[in-house]
Amino acid sequence: MRLTELDAILADINHIILGKERPVRLAVACLLARGHLLIEDLPGVGKTTLAHVLARVLGLEFQRIQFTSDMLPADILGVSIFDRGTGAFHFHPGPIFTQVVLADEINRATPKAQSALLEAMEERQVTAEGETRALPEPFFVIATQNPTHQIGTFPLPESQLDRFLIKLELGYPDAAAERELLAGADRQQMVASLTARIAPQRLIEFQKQVRAVHASAALIDYVQALAAHTRTTPRWHAGLSPRACLALLAVARAWALLDGRDHVLPEDVQAVLPGVIAHRLRPTDDNSRADAEAIAAALIEAVPLP
Amino acid sequence: MARINRPVSRRQAWWLLATAIAASLPLLQHVPLWLSIAAGLAFAWRAVLTWRHWRLPPRWLLIPLVIAGAVGVFLQYRTIVGRTPGIALLLVFLALKLLELRAARDAVVTALLCYFLVLGQFLFTQTIPTAMLACLTVLITTAALLAASDDRPAPRQQVYRAGLLLAQAIPFMLLLFLLFPRVQGPLWGIPQDRFTAVSGLSDTMTPGSIAQLSQSDAIAFRVRFKGTVPPQSQLYWRGPVMPSFDGRSWRVAQTLAAYPTIPYDGAGTPVDYEVTLEPHGKHWLFALEMPANLPPDSAMTSDYQPIAREVVRNRLRYTQSAWPDSHAGANETRAALRAALALPAAGNPRIRAISAGWQATHGDNGAAIVAAAEDLFNRQLLTYTLNPPLLGPDMVDEFLFDTKRGFCEHFAAAFVFSLRAAGVPARVVAGYQGGETNPVDGYLEVRQYDAHAWTEAWIAGRGWVRIDPTAISAPSRVSSNLAAAVPAGEGLPFLARSDMAWLKELRYRLDAVTNGWNQWVLGYNPQRQRDLLASLGLREPDWRSMTAILSILSGIVLLVLTVWILRNRQRVDPALTAWRRFTARMARLGIVWQAWEGPLQFAERAARLTPQHARDIVEIAALYAGLRYGPNPRPDDLSRLKSRIASFRP
Repeated sequence: MRLTELDAILADINHIILGKERPVRLAVACLLARGHLLIEDLPGVGKTTLAHVLARVLGLEFQRIQFTSDMLPADILGVSIFDRGTGAFHFHPGPIFTQVVLADEINRATPKAQSALLEAMEERQVTAEGETRALPEPFFVIATQNPTHQIGTFPLPESQLDRFLIKLELGYPDAAAERELLAGADRQQMVASLTARIAPQRLIEFQKQVRAVHASAALIDYVQALAAHTRTTPRWHAGLSPRACLALLAVARAWALLDGRDHVLPEDVQAVLPGVIAHRLRPTDDNSRADAEAIAAALIEAVPLP
Repeated sequence: MARINRPVSRRQAWWLLATAIAASLPLLQHVPLWLSIAAGLAFAWRAVLTWRHWRLPPRWLLIPLVIAGAVGVFLQYRTIVGRTPGIALLLVFLALKLLELRAARDAVVTALLCYFLVLGQFLFTQTIPTAMLACLTVLITTAALLAASDDRPAPRQQVYRAGLLLAQAIPFMLLLFLLFPRVQGPLWGIPQDRFTAVSGLSDTMTPGSIAQLSQSDAIAFRVRFKGTVPPQSQLYWRGPVMPSFDGRSWRVAQTLAAYPTIPYDGAGTPVDYEVTLEPHGKHWLFALEMPANLPPDSAMTSDYQPIAREVVRNRLRYTQSAWPDSHAGANETRAALRAALALPAAGNPRIRAISAGWQATHGDNGAAIVAAAEDLFNRQLLTYTLNPPLLGPDMVDEFLFDTKRGFCEHFAAAFVFSLRAAGVPARVVAGYQGGETNPVDGYLEVRQYDAHAWTEAWIAGRGWVRIDPTAISAPSRVSSNLAAAVPAGEGLPFLARSDMAWLKELRYRLDAVTNGWNQWVLGYNPQRQRDLLASLGLREPDWRSMTAILSILSGIVLLVLTVWILRNRQRVDPALTAWRRFTARMARLGIVWQAWEGPLQFAERAARLTPQHARDIVEIAALYAGLRYGPNPRPDDLSRLKSRIASFRP
């Protein structure tokens, strides 16, 4: 059951974001699993472009919110303004009322502004001035943040990080990919010339299909074994929560679907593990800021398949 | 065995260090100080190595250290065999082994050394706390041994697993303990090292020697009576008999070689009892007067004192009976009577004068002279006290006429002296008087503070007659106990006092537990084993039937444990079983399936390594993945997987 549409989408993105097949695939899996994506990396490695491309190729509306330290919740959610003509307050929806939101440099904003966004992400609706307004469907937030040790950042607390299904690091492209980028056409024009591969309705169908991907008892045993290991090993402050296990399973399902399978394999779980667990486990040894891949590899090799 | 050469991880090193410390701490009190310090330094070195990730010390440094340690032990003890030198040597090895933890093999050796040191503790003491400490150390050592094979689980889990393993071993331990054919003799006694001082009666008696014992509430021996317990005032536990007197101290007869025993007739209702004697480093066995028979491996001296052939260095249990009303020695030899009349040439003129008066009045009527002496003691209003004043050279005179204060040895010495001066053969008998029944287990406990001295006078026609001069002045010493007899306010061991009831109650319980341990664990000898088997209906078992019982019962335990484990085990997916067979085949090709590796990932790797089998491998893996992880496998998929694997012969 090869899903040519999904393959075409991935191909389109990889045509513009060069040499980043795995992060791109994870980003699409995150979208298919109805989660939100957090990208942490240095400026200029293609975070914004990735968000743009995703929106274009999926045929979704796109809005970008540049977070700053003087930003207020109303700047994200929208504001009611008194209309003289009608003599009533009229709600002007904020930039969040769109299908794909790029929340750029989210950790530059104060916690107040951050939490406005994060609440909307979780509830998939906005409550302003006593009225609740549903956000469009599909709704997908791609937040980017600078590495937290940079000056002028408000690091997201662990409980907020958990709202993001996946955290990615793009990293520098390799030499060949970078050369192709430098020699190739202008990325912005390429993005602008992209056409949608599918309609939003089709994306919602895919999201439904993801939820139907079969996870066998043996596979659920495996997810539990991984979680149990993180809970009993003193390497981390706290183990994976049940919500983290659900997230792991959801992304693994999406990953299996991208592979054209109707069931999840341990390989799927292992493949998505770095993106799912790295922002959910805090090592007890704070000095060892091992990267996500290394943490996941250590966990994988410590837990035999049940 | 590649696993045995795996390097030792940090976590394993911590485990082994903890184990080594736990195993050696209780032994440090027995080894010289320099060795304790050296071992401590080695442990600290190991800790720093582990903590800072330093390299292990090189071999050219360790070998001289081992030699230095061994030479040090030799210089300390002039030998390397025996209990303490052996333990000291093991400690040296353990401390240095920790510094060369290179591979898993070294970790196993270290753990085994620790087990050995735990065993070593029992060579020194075999008390309940020692056993509990040993259990704890064995638990830690087992956990460390488990960690040596797999260090991933958290420490709590390792301890849990070790506890589970040991718990499963408990039924076998009990079976082997109860049924394995026993050898006669103590399990832990190593004779050459047991020269340590133990408290108890000595073979001489000077003023103050028994009073000193009264400060100790250590158990001298425990007694269980077969029938009713005789009245307190009859509980005279005969110990060393001291006929010879040099003016100051009383001594036992010079040699302990067995004398020809002069028999005596039994009188009164026989009293049967069993004594559990604590080691006291002397030959004598305490027996209720007068002993009717002898324990095994013992003889009786001519003054009716049972003595063991070997010095009592281990706890000893023997059964005996006594004739309470017997009088021995009606036909006593002249030599013995002469010895029982000997007095120094000079000294104590006042009592000599009085005794001469008795002799003049009563002639050779011994009974009358004894009565006169008792009367004298009664009239002198002597005080029984733990703190008698110091006495000069004429100690009998000073005690009887000046200070009038004394402990039982003063009474006994003065009484014997006065009888001998009047021509009546007499001697001092040391031993224990009384004892207290522990209400918890019903054993009569005789403690060091029950030590006592009394006298025997030889009266023509009757033989040796026991007279307790202490009882004349302090009858409550004999009828109840020491506390009732000494004046209030004198320092007594708290168990001898009659107040502090709850402490006493606690101590009774503790003593009963200790006694149970001594009787049933440490004292579980061939006799006890035979009794137990007899109570199970097996009379006169030989080693064959015991082995048979042991095997059958072990088999049953094993069966029960196996069933329990099998019941708790989950049913294994047949697809997984087939997959394991397949991966075992692949392993023969040198392609080892990692336990965490997904099937397709493994197939991809294996296919790359053996392109000639790629098709088979990929198809088998896909079949397996579908069966194990797919939504609804087709019914014939499993048989297809099995036949594919069966026909896969690389």
